[in-house]
Amino acid sequence: MTNTTAAPVRELREFHDLDRLIALMTGAEKHAPAAHSTLDALWVLYDKVLRVTPDTVDDPGRDRFLLSKGHGPMAYYAVLAAHGFFGEELLPGFGAYDSPLGHHPDRLLVPGAEIGSGSLGHGLPLAVGTVLGLRAQGLTDPRVWVLIGDAELDEGSNHEAIAHAGPAGLEQLHTLVIDNASATHGWPGGIASRFASAGWAAVTVDGRDHEALYAAFTTPHPGKPLAVVAHVEPKS
Amino acid sequence: MDTMRDRFISTASRLLHEEPRLAVVLADISADGFEPARRAHPDRVINVGIREQLLVGAGAGMALTGIRPIVHTFASFLVERPFEQVKLDFGHQGVGGILVSAGGSYDWPAGGFTHMAPGDVALMDTLDGWTVHVPGHPDEAETLLRESVAGDDRVYVRLSLQANREALPVSGTAGFTVVREGRRGTVIAVGPMLDNVLAATEGLDVTVLYATTVRPFDAAGVRRAAGAAANADVVIVEPYLAGTSAAAAGEALIDLPHRVLGLGVGRAELRRYGQLEEHLTAHGLDPRGLRERITGFLRP
Repeated sequence: MTNTTAAPVRELREFHDLDRLIALMTGAEKHAPAAHSTLDALWVLYDKVLRVTPDTVDDPGRDRFLLSKGHGPMAYYAVLAAHGFFGEELLPGFGAYDSPLGHHPDRLLVPGAEIGSGSLGHGLPLAVGTVLGLRAQGLTDPRVWVLIGDAELDEGSNHEAIAHAGPAGLEQLHTLVIDNASATHGWPGGIASRFASAGWAAVTVDGRDHEALYAAFTTPHPGKPLAVVAHVEPKS
Repeated sequence: MDTMRDRFISTASRLLHEEPRLAVVLADISADGFEPARRAHPDRVINVGIREQLLVGAGAGMALTGIRPIVHTFASFLVERPFEQVKLDFGHQGVGGILVSAGGSYDWPAGGFTHMAPGDVALMDTLDGWTVHVPGHPDEAETLLRESVAGDDRVYVRLSLQANREALPVSGTAGFTVVREGRRGTVIAVGPMLDNVLAATEGLDVTVLYATTVRPFDAAGVRRAAGAAANADVVIVEPYLAGTSAAAAGEALIDLPHRVLGLGVGRAELRRYGQLEEHLTAHGLDPRGLRERITGFLRP
């Protein structure tokens, strides 16, 4: 397949457009730090890694991205709008009664959202099940990505999923941990080691460096799930 | 006779052959029984280990891909421990699945309170869109399980060791069954409570309804039975927390002057071990205890 000659179907957006899209939600140039922590990683994923478009949101063979850390979803909504999953005219309604865009996403309301989230620790077990469901149907090509936060990792449900996915060899599973050092008791010894000791491939990168993120996201990990720990500036 | 749990394992194992989108998710409980099925369908019989949050979350994740998951463990670890996963991963995500519990209110009394779940149906009743089956016999469990597998909705199937001697024809859509007709009042027996209710009401002029699907609640059937009697006095006997369906019965009778008595497992923790029969007696759910309270409630 080649895309060198085809005209782009929709207007291609650039990373710097995201600031404007987020401002449509926040109504100002001030952005909540939580929105920013995920911005670069989300952009690289949707721009370069995930094989899903507005036309394939119901395709069984699509890649899935599950936003588990549903807090501060402005960056997520901005990236989805930038990629045409829904129109940016929805953004100013953020959080309003009749808006599909809540302060935590709802998969039944947001085009392109694979899960509803908000309560922490649900996305990774759902992602494990998604991989199991794909495998059960012989769909071994689609990749499943789930984004969690370093504080979200406090939730024990994540550790049930991590401990199972490694030995089960869920190669289609990918966990992106955005680490802004917000876990109350920290993770002495590092976050990647938790995954590695459970049999995952694990890499740690600068969460603001797009090339490094891309390299991490495309790290080969035969027979194992992959964890990418992306460091960003501490929350406070 | 096999137990409901035995029948669940044999039926689900057969259905895995027939239904390519069916999967069974386990957390060690019943894993031995499903081992032959797991060998035949290694990608559709999943044992996540002793991890109940993952059990429910992974089942729901499979449902997101179009799989019909059966998620199974003891009631206390299926409904109570991972309740938020039941609420959010199935309900809020808007996907279907079948939760099948074993253990009931006190199937293993010697195991103590940690393995008792008399509150499971009441908890499920706080959620929208769940069908709740309480079979009273292994044959009924098989019928209701097969129906559930064919559907797309959210279903809770409550299995227990307590069972009636004979199976009745049941269906999740047929409403409550009229077992006996009388004039003084109506007694609804839920699932495995039927034999004791029939013994308790022997010689009493009451209608006995048999319920194996309690959600949705057969309001029309209850109203019909209560309206035909001299008094709209209704007793509902449930094998789990007393009064779980009393509000549903009251709503069904809203247009009639009525009285409702909800019998079932008491709220107080007994801190007793022993046998199932001893617990039935302690909660007044043996024939004698039931008769005493039913006759005390009915008007002469």
